[in-house]
Amino acid sequence: MTPADPVTIQIGRWQRNSLLVGIAGAVLAVVALLIDRQQFLRSYLFAYLYWTGMALGCLAILLMHHVVGGKWGMLIRRLCEAGARTLPVMGLLLVPVLLGMSTLYIWARPEAVRDAGIQSKAAYLNVPFFIGRAVFYFAIWFLYSHLLSKWSADLDRTRDERLISKMRALSAPGLVVLTLTTTFAFVDWIMSLEPHWFSTIYGAMFMIGEMVESFAFVIALMIILSKTPPLREYVTAQHIHDLGNMMFAFMVLWAYLSFSQFLIIWAGNLPNEIPWYVSRLRGGWGWVALAIVIFHFAVPFLLLLMRGVKRRMNRLFQVALLMIAIRLVDVYWITEPAFYGQRLSIHWADLVLPVAVGGIWLAVFFGQLKSRPLVPVGDPRLQGAPRETVAF
Amino acid sequence: MLTATKISGQLEFLYGIMAEFDDPESLLAAARRAYAEGYREMDAYAPMPVEGLADAIGFRSNWVQRVVFAGGLVGAVGGFMLCWWITVIAYPHNVGGRPLNSWPAYVPITFELMVLVACITAVVGMLALNGLPQPYHPVFNIDEFARASRDKFFLCIEASDARFDPDRTRHFLEQLDPREVMDVPR
Repeated sequence: MTPADPVTIQIGRWQRNSLLVGIAGAVLAVVALLIDRQQFLRSYLFAYLYWTGMALGCLAILLMHHVVGGKWGMLIRRLCEAGARTLPVMGLLLVPVLLGMSTLYIWARPEAVRDAGIQSKAAYLNVPFFIGRAVFYFAIWFLYSHLLSKWSADLDRTRDERLISKMRALSAPGLVVLTLTTTFAFVDWIMSLEPHWFSTIYGAMFMIGEMVESFAFVIALMIILSKTPPLREYVTAQHIHDLGNMMFAFMVLWAYLSFSQFLIIWAGNLPNEIPWYVSRLRGGWGWVALAIVIFHFAVPFLLLLMRGVKRRMNRLFQVALLMIAIRLVDVYWITEPAFYGQRLSIHWADLVLPVAVGGIWLAVFFGQLKSRPLVPVGDPRLQGAPRETVAF
Repeated sequence: MLTATKISGQLEFLYGIMAEFDDPESLLAAARRAYAEGYREMDAYAPMPVEGLADAIGFRSNWVQRVVFAGGLVGAVGGFMLCWWITVIAYPHNVGGRPLNSWPAYVPITFELMVLVACITAVVGMLALNGLPQPYHPVFNIDEFARASRDKFFLCIEASDARFDPDRTRHFLEQLDPREVMDVPR
């Protein structure tokens, strides 16, 4: 892409606007920090997790696309690569969480030594190991996003098809590594907010959830970009149909995992497990949970069953926007009851921080996006529509 | 009078007129032209799915979708009611102090029965709506048609179409640059 390209200018404008929103949000965030440090950290953690999830979801889609090599992924590959390349910045943005650890995590406070339950986990839950693990996760994620972006750019230039199998060979074990590292990361960053509680399905549930939000984001952006070249020449109804099916499948998998966790804990009804749901279903949180069941599952389930929704750009765009919004609510519902147990209270910082972090994330994302051609021009699989799905 | 007899005689043994094409693009273009010309009773045959072909010949039925949705609904309601009837009416047991009507436990069965009934209706409904299995179909009267499942693409305008006329339809199909145009006997 040349700097004079209309689409480059457009993305540059989005980048500038995102940055302005991010800066305005950051100013308000600093105000929140000065007024109430504890509230700032709580809101920041949830906003940070949402946008880091966006970047990690992009990396997960990218790895999956390289492994299976379907045509559905050709037009979103550059968007996913740009999303994955925001991870170093998200690594830097973890610093406020690390600085506020003793405020956020009860196991990081001095009085935790008096709690036998936390003491039995102290070999894992301690400050130096927590920081070391975070550095390790980001190093691995950076390695994958860097190598896949680099080889993809090489493919544009050299058209050497051996790079395709090279990327596949890296991505297949990469999916295993990513699943393990994100599982541990979410255990560290969110599950340890309630150190007595544990769930083995948690990491998978959160990872699939972030893939839903990333699918929604790249689908929405692809639909906007398909109004102008170069994407206009490539996008077919079959592309958005396939992507709609992918988002549908991951949304249903998210629902399956979420409900499995609920059913097992509800059926067991054990005193060390059930408090997690008690604090997420009482005092107003129950309404949030109901909204998640309806708008994260029931409504998109019915809409995405319909072929007509998945093959029409403006309709799929609306479903994608719904998913982007409801994912934020879900991350809020997973994270925040750890602090407010059994009483729903939304602070203004909870609204400002996602905008602030999101503005910064989007600015970095658009900056990365305009540095490469919008489609992988060197990949022979770019041409033509995907095969028509006969099934649905 | 003589011509009329001849035409009606022809129409009696004629199922339709079929054009053969080498590639999916020509078939798609021909189907679009035929639809624009006003032909509605036609069918296209290809060895693989061709994007947009169903639209091109004006096939817009979504009856399978509706039947499957109804099947799914029946399965879901049936599954839920089955669990409810068993645990509340037929075998009311106190399990762990929970109410008899403990809906979270019903959800897996409800979901599985929804999928099961929807799948069965999909298969049965598809067969009922497309008329398969069909032991006899006139298009197989043409030897060349065997290649429809290998490497050739066919468009058949049927004699039941209101605009069908043996000579004009044949002439129209010949304009579409086919490999060959054939009469399909009944």
